[in-house]
Amino acid sequence: MSQFRETTMLSRVADSLYWMSRYLERAVHTARLIDVDLQLRLDQSPEASSGRWLRLLEASQAPIPEDGKIDATALTDILTLDRTNPSSIISCVAAARENLRQVREQCSSEMWEQLNRLYLQVNSTTSGEAWLLHSYVFFRAVQEGAYLFQGVTDSTMSHGEGWQYIQLGRYVERTDALARLIGTHFTRLPHSLDQAVESEEYLEWVGLLKSCAAFEAYCKTYTAELRPLRVAEFLLLNSSFPHSVRFSVDMVHAALTAIGQLTERKAEQPVRLTGRLRATLSFSQIEEIMASGANSYVESVRWQCAQAHSSIHQIYFDYPVESALVS
Amino acid sequence: MPETGRRMFRPPFRNYQFDTAYDEMFEAPGEPRPHYRALFQTLLALPPEELRKSQQAADLSFLHQGITFTVYGKEEGTERVFPNDLLPRIIPNHEWRKIENGLTQRIAALNMFLEDVYHRGRILADGIVPRELVYSCRHFRREMRGLAVPRGIYVSVCGTDLVRLPDGSFAVLEDNLRVPSGVSYMLANRKVLKKVFPTLFRDYGVSPVDHYAQALLATLRALSPSNSTNRHEPTVVLLTPGVFNSAYFEHTFLAQQMGVELVEGRDLLVHDNVVYMRTTAGLRRVDVIYRRVDDDFLDPLCFRRDSRLGVPGLFNAYRAGNVMLANAIGTGIADDKAIYAYVPAIIRYYLGEDPILSNIETYLLTDRSQRDYVLAHLDELVVKAVGESGGYGMLIGPHSTAAEREEFRQRIVAEPRNYIAQPTLSLSRAPCFLEGEAQARHVDLRPYILYGNNVTLVPGGLTRVALRRGSLVVNSSQGGGSKDTWVLRA
Repeated sequence: MSQFRETTMLSRVADSLYWMSRYLERAVHTARLIDVDLQLRLDQSPEASSGRWLRLLEASQAPIPEDGKIDATALTDILTLDRTNPSSIISCVAAARENLRQVREQCSSEMWEQLNRLYLQVNSTTSGEAWLLHSYVFFRAVQEGAYLFQGVTDSTMSHGEGWQYIQLGRYVERTDALARLIGTHFTRLPHSLDQAVESEEYLEWVGLLKSCAAFEAYCKTYTAELRPLRVAEFLLLNSSFPHSVRFSVDMVHAALTAIGQLTERKAEQPVRLTGRLRATLSFSQIEEIMASGANSYVESVRWQCAQAHSSIHQIYFDYPVESALVS
Repeated sequence: MPETGRRMFRPPFRNYQFDTAYDEMFEAPGEPRPHYRALFQTLLALPPEELRKSQQAADLSFLHQGITFTVYGKEEGTERVFPNDLLPRIIPNHEWRKIENGLTQRIAALNMFLEDVYHRGRILADGIVPRELVYSCRHFRREMRGLAVPRGIYVSVCGTDLVRLPDGSFAVLEDNLRVPSGVSYMLANRKVLKKVFPTLFRDYGVSPVDHYAQALLATLRALSPSNSTNRHEPTVVLLTPGVFNSAYFEHTFLAQQMGVELVEGRDLLVHDNVVYMRTTAGLRRVDVIYRRVDDDFLDPLCFRRDSRLGVPGLFNAYRAGNVMLANAIGTGIADDKAIYAYVPAIIRYYLGEDPILSNIETYLLTDRSQRDYVLAHLDELVVKAVGESGGYGMLIGPHSTAAEREEFRQRIVAEPRNYIAQPTLSLSRAPCFLEGEAQARHVDLRPYILYGNNVTLVPGGLTRVALRRGSLVVNSSQGGGSKDTWVLRA
């Protein structure tokens, strides 16, 4: 027996780890968006707030009320505790946990316990006046719970194939969510690219950065003067900030490359797809991107990501039997 | 009044009650059995508040670890924590040795019986066990006729339910030879109790049980087919019905502890009579399947067609000797509750020995006179469906209503082969920590027996507790709980 015995990973297990990670990332993303909204709402007129809600709903691909009337309380409920909405926080955390439960012998017990604890906490929350009053506690708890889970995962699980699927799921989801958010924001909010934004507007751009957990990091790079062009550059092209599109795509590419090596499967297509995307992101100039429109750019990023997702699915999770008889 | 008598009534034993059942802890009110003395002293010295805190911590740890089971018949996927009781059940070494010998004898004889029934059928020809009883059993598998299993081992994993009778002797209540569960709770309970009573545990000299998973793996590997390409490093997998199965936690736990893959039917496929699992690196050959899926659901081509839990073609691969199953298919005839009545005769027939552990007196309802007696005494007896387990399909006469008895009367008359009756047993009782004090509850004992290269019993087992006051049903699905079982080294 070789000292470096290859470990085996069932396709179903890989699929579950991947989706567990995607769902959890989705829950955190929504929690962060609403958390930011709750803070901004205090400083804003109701009109400005409903404009942001419309963008938020569009970016979450949630149905927008027909009459255009925004009832922030009801919407918060739908995005948070509504079990009939499959992308609400509670549904996503439950789905993440259910996926992990199906493969719990593959993860460390610390990971399972952390995610289970988060689920039990979210699950015991009931909506209502009292909850709304202190709902920021809830959104913080979801974010912290997920950060903790990531930390526990990184320090208790082997950074082998399974871990790579978790990475893959997280960053595929993040790329997609960031791209949608940035696209909607730049399309819907009037702005001039290279001027510092002011007053009411300012809050909206702070909101965008905070929704990507990026405000502080942005300030360190560019100071607190917010220019839409710089915001776009930071969120799209920054190579070292974990909630930028480029960083996320880099991580997707790295995970795919590692999986390809570990499984010795020919994963040319997804590696090539993400490699190309990565190259465009690292060589692009923000001015060029914005000249042709932020939205069309992020849409192309999303499309390429979706392509990578389907080819991962075909190569690792759901391949035809004839092509796969190995010893 | 002697000192012990006064002590008896101190908390947490103030309301501890006795009846005709054997009490695991006390010889007489206030007089603990020698092997229980240290625990008794500890409990008297411990403020009940401490125990209550430990209980809460234990419950929470079970919940967080997700040590749960699924209740059927309710909303899909209702998860419940399996209640754990803090007070250990202690078994002295000499009693354990008898249990061990008795169960070793029993598993050997039952395996010989299965081998015989599926091949020459000597025991049937000699009229020891009625032929029609075997062939009418729902779990008899025609497909297994003449099929040789490795070393003639049909049952490699067995969990036998023992009860202690009022005279203090252990008797076998039933054999579970198909897919017995519960062993993970034995291990989880032990982990908790080591935290709650560390000093007591050490001073008692309790035999360890932690090596169960390792012993299980060795047992499974011993079954590896001789024609496998990886003969020396056979690939073992655990086949689970999936996340909605009531014992799913246990499946994940055992797979993890053994370091083998936990697979579902959809992860496996059969090609040229060889079983493969679908991995991210391609297909990989499987040699031994520890299956926790019932016979009926294993292979839709051979057994139930509507099953999606199994693997099409699995039986042919098994027949071809390319994959081994533990337990073998068709072992359910030997734990049929009507065949049970013949186990003492089976032991005498194959081994020429008297059974070490006794059976419970059993009425066969296919027999006219026994049936008449049972129908006249339904209010005193326990009636069980022969092929059921988990406490489903059972009538406990003394606790039943007239309507329930009437329902069972009709069922028995319609299908006498489907039921047996036994006297209502007075299961032994052990103290449990409930509602902040020690209360007596009925318990049984399920040790786990492994049969690979040799017979292995991990010293311990699952002590199941009927948590409802006065209840005699210990099954987890019927409101039972469990407690740790300490088998003493000396």
